[in-house]
Amino acid sequence: MHPVIKLLAQRIALGLLLLFAASVLIFIGTQILPGDVAQSILGQGATPETLANLRAELGLNDPPLTRYLNWLFAAMQGDLGTALTNGQDIATSMGKRLGNTLFLAFWAAVVAVPTAIILGLIAVRYQGRWPDRVISSITLATVSVPEFLLGYIAIFFLSVQFRVLPSLATVYDGMPFWDKLYTIALPVIVLVLVVLGHMMRMTRAAILNVMQSPYVETAELKGLRKFTIIARHALPNAIAPVVNVVMLNLAYLVVGVVVVEVVFVYPGMGQYLVDHVAKRDVPVVQACGLVFAAVYIGLNLVADVVSILANPRLRHPK
Amino acid sequence: MSDALLEVKGLKIEATAYPPGEPPRDITIVEGVSFAVEKGKVLGLIGESGAGKSTIGLSAMAYGRGGVRITGGEVFVNGRDILKAGPAGLRALRGREVTYVAQSAAAAFNPAKKLMEQVIETTLHHGLMTRAEAEERAVSLFTQLGLPNPETIGNRYPHQVSGGQLQRVMTAMALCPKPDLVIFDEPTTALDVTTQIEVLAAIKRAIVETGVAALYITHDLAVVAQIADHILVLRGGHMVEYGTTDHIINAPSEAYTQALVSVRSITHKEKTGGTPVLSVKGITARYRGTKFDVLKDVTVDLPEAQTLAIVGESGSGKSTLARVITGLLPPSKGEITFAGRSLPADFEQRSRDDLREVQMIYQMADVAMNPRQTVGTIIGRPLEFYFGLRGEAKRKRIQELLDEIEMGEGFIDRYPAELSGGQKQRVCIARALAAKPRMIICDEVTSALDPLVADGILKLLLNLQKIENVAYLFITHDLATVRAIADSIAVMYQGRVVRYGSKTDVLSPPFDDYTDLLLSSVPEMELGWLERTIANRKMEAAGN
Repeated sequence: MHPVIKLLAQRIALGLLLLFAASVLIFIGTQILPGDVAQSILGQGATPETLANLRAELGLNDPPLTRYLNWLFAAMQGDLGTALTNGQDIATSMGKRLGNTLFLAFWAAVVAVPTAIILGLIAVRYQGRWPDRVISSITLATVSVPEFLLGYIAIFFLSVQFRVLPSLATVYDGMPFWDKLYTIALPVIVLVLVVLGHMMRMTRAAILNVMQSPYVETAELKGLRKFTIIARHALPNAIAPVVNVVMLNLAYLVVGVVVVEVVFVYPGMGQYLVDHVAKRDVPVVQACGLVFAAVYIGLNLVADVVSILANPRLRHPK
Repeated sequence: MSDALLEVKGLKIEATAYPPGEPPRDITIVEGVSFAVEKGKVLGLIGESGAGKSTIGLSAMAYGRGGVRITGGEVFVNGRDILKAGPAGLRALRGREVTYVAQSAAAAFNPAKKLMEQVIETTLHHGLMTRAEAEERAVSLFTQLGLPNPETIGNRYPHQVSGGQLQRVMTAMALCPKPDLVIFDEPTTALDVTTQIEVLAAIKRAIVETGVAALYITHDLAVVAQIADHILVLRGGHMVEYGTTDHIINAPSEAYTQALVSVRSITHKEKTGGTPVLSVKGITARYRGTKFDVLKDVTVDLPEAQTLAIVGESGSGKSTLARVITGLLPPSKGEITFAGRSLPADFEQRSRDDLREVQMIYQMADVAMNPRQTVGTIIGRPLEFYFGLRGEAKRKRIQELLDEIEMGEGFIDRYPAELSGGQKQRVCIARALAAKPRMIICDEVTSALDPLVADGILKLLLNLQKIENVAYLFITHDLATVRAIADSIAVMYQGRVVRYGSKTDVLSPPFDDYTDLLLSSVPEMELGWLERTIANRKMEAAGN
C-alpha cells in the first residue's frame, strides 16, 4: 500500500477516536453540572409527583452509561434529540444556526487567509525594514485587543460615527445575498482582525526559517528576484506549519465566535449555545459541543493531511 | 585591462564577528587577493578550511554568504566591474554569465520541486530559451554527464536520486544557461571515493566539451591537479602561491605548498601477531523495523595494542559494526569476545568495566562535546565516573591527559567553542583515554579535519598507542589514513568483509574487484591520473 494512504487512514482513525473521547467528555461534563433539568423546566412550584413523572419521561432515572449510549447511537444516526425548553428537534434548529456560523466563518476566512499569507510574504521580503515593522506591530496589536472590545470600537467608528455599516448583524431566511454580505461586514472585519495576526506571524516565522536553507542561496545565485525566491522556493517548503496555523484559526472562526456573535447579535451557533446554557437545556448543549468538537477535529485532520501531501518525500517515496 | 573573462584585483572581504561576551567587531577574511581566469580555462582555488576559498569563489558573483561583505578591490566579469553593478545588474549576471555548483547538492536543491523545474529555471528566468529548448538542452547535459535515464530523471524529486547523481544534476543545472564561468565549490568532497572519480570525470568532460571556464574550489590538491590549468594556494585569506598546475604540484616554491603536497608523511611499520583483545565472530545485524541485514556474517580480530582499519564507502556497514561492538545495536547472530570474556550484546547488560574498556571517538568533535562544559569538566567526567577521582587528584590527572595530547597549560578552563577543530578532536581523544580503555573505536575521526591537522591527530594517536598500549578500531573511508596507521585492514562492501588481513597483504595484488576499484579511485597527486585511470577502466571493461 502507498505510504500516504496508510498515513491518511491512520490520521482519520485517530480523528474518529478523538471525537469519541470528546463525546465522553461532553457527556460527563454536562452530567456533573449542578442543578436538575426537570426542576429548571417546571420551576419552583412543581410538586414532587410531577417532577418524578417528568424525570421518568426524560429518561433521567436510567443509569448514566445507558443514557450515554442511547445519546451516542442516536447522534450517530443524525438524531441529536429534542430541546427540553421548546420541544423542537435540535438537528433542524441547529442546522440553520450552523449554516449562519459557517457563512460568517467562510467570508472571514476568504478575506483573512490570503491577506495573512500575502502580508507574511511582504514582511519576509522587507524583513527588518519599515513594511515588516508596520505589518508586525499592527497585527500584534489586533491580536492583543480582546475581540469584544474590537467589536465595540468597530461599531463606534463604522456604525455610530460614520454610519457606513450596520451594527446589528441580523440575517434571516430569504435575505438577498448582497444584503447578507453587507449585514455581516462588521463581524467579518472583527474576526479577520482577530485571526490575521496569528496566521501572518506564523507564515513569516515559517518562511524565515526556510530562508536559511542552502537552496534559497542557490535560488539567489540563479539571479531570481527576492519575492520570486520567497514565493516559489521558500513558501512550498513552509506549507506544513502555515496550514496548521490556518486550520487552527479556521476552527476558531467556527467554534470560538461566541463572543463576536453575541456582540453583533448574529443568529449563529454561538448565540444558540449561550441561550441554551442559560436555560440549562442539556441536550442542546451536548449537541453543540459535539458539533464543535467534530469541526475542530475535522479541520485539524485536514491540516494533517495537507501537511502530509505537501511533503514530496511522503508523496513520492524512493 | 586584459581580455580575461574573470579578473579579480586586490580583493578585500570582511565580516562581523560576534565573540561570546564581547562587543561585535569586524574581521578581515580575505585580503589582497588578485587572479584572473581566461576563457575556457580552469583555475583551482585550494586551501584549508578558513582559507577563504568559497568566499573568494562567491565574490565572482558578488555574493557574500551570511554577513560577509566585499569591502575592497575590483571584480571584473567580461570587462565589467560587478561590484558596482547594483541589484538588477547582479541578477542579470548571476545564473547567466556565472553559475554555481554547491558542495552539498542534496541541500542545494529545493526538496519540494522536481529536478527538471530547477535545472531549467535560470534559463527560462533569463529568457534565454523556450521551455522546450531548455528541456532538450537539460536532457542532453544529463546524457553528457552520464546520468542514468536522462530522459526521465528530471521528473524526479531530489530525494529520489543518489548523492553522486544529484551532484551531476547540479552541474547540469549550472551548465544549462550556457554560462561563461562556473564556480565549483567542493563538488566531490561529500562523495565516496568511488563515486568521486565518476563525478570528477563527468565534470571534466563537461568542461572540455562546453568550453566553459571554471573556478574549482577544493581542499584536496590531488583532485584539483586533475582538473585545473592554474592553481591558487590560499591560507588564512591570503595568497600563498599562484601558478600553473604543473608548477604547484611538481615544483612548489613556498613552504606551505610543499607541506600540502607532501602531506601524509607518516610511515608506520605494521605489527603482526599478538593476542586479540577483541574478537568479532559471525556478526549479522539489522536495524529495528527493517528487513535488511546491514551486517552479514562479519568476523574480525583486533590484537592488543594494534590498529585494525575498517574501510568502505558510505552504507557499507562500517559504522554499524561500531554500534554492534559498543552494544548500541544488539546483533541478531554472532558473538563478541573482549579480553577473553564474552561481551553481553546489549550495553545495558555490560558491567562498568566492560563499558570503561571500550571507548569511542567520533567524526564530529563539535557535537560530541557539551558546548556549555569546560575542557576540564569534559575530561574530568570519566575520571569521576570510573575512578571516583575528586578535587586536586582529578585536576592533576586532567592536566596529565592534556599534556599527553600536547595541549599543555591554559586549556583546562576553556569552552569547546574557543578551540580549533583539531584541538576539539584532541580533547575527545583525552576524554576517551581518561577511562584507561584497552580499545578505542575511532569513527572517521579525521574526516572533518584539514589534511595537515589530520596528520597531527594521526601522529598523536600512534604515539599514544605506544604509551598507553591501547588498541584502535579505526573506521574510515580514506585509504591514505589507513596506509598511515593500520596494522591490519578489513575492507567492507554492502555489509560483508570482502578482504581482510595484514596491511601489506590487503594492499598488495592480486586484488578482488571491489578493493581494486576502491584503491584505484583514490586520487593521486600527479597530472593526468584521472585520464589514465578512466582509460584503464575502459580497457579492462573492453577486455572483459
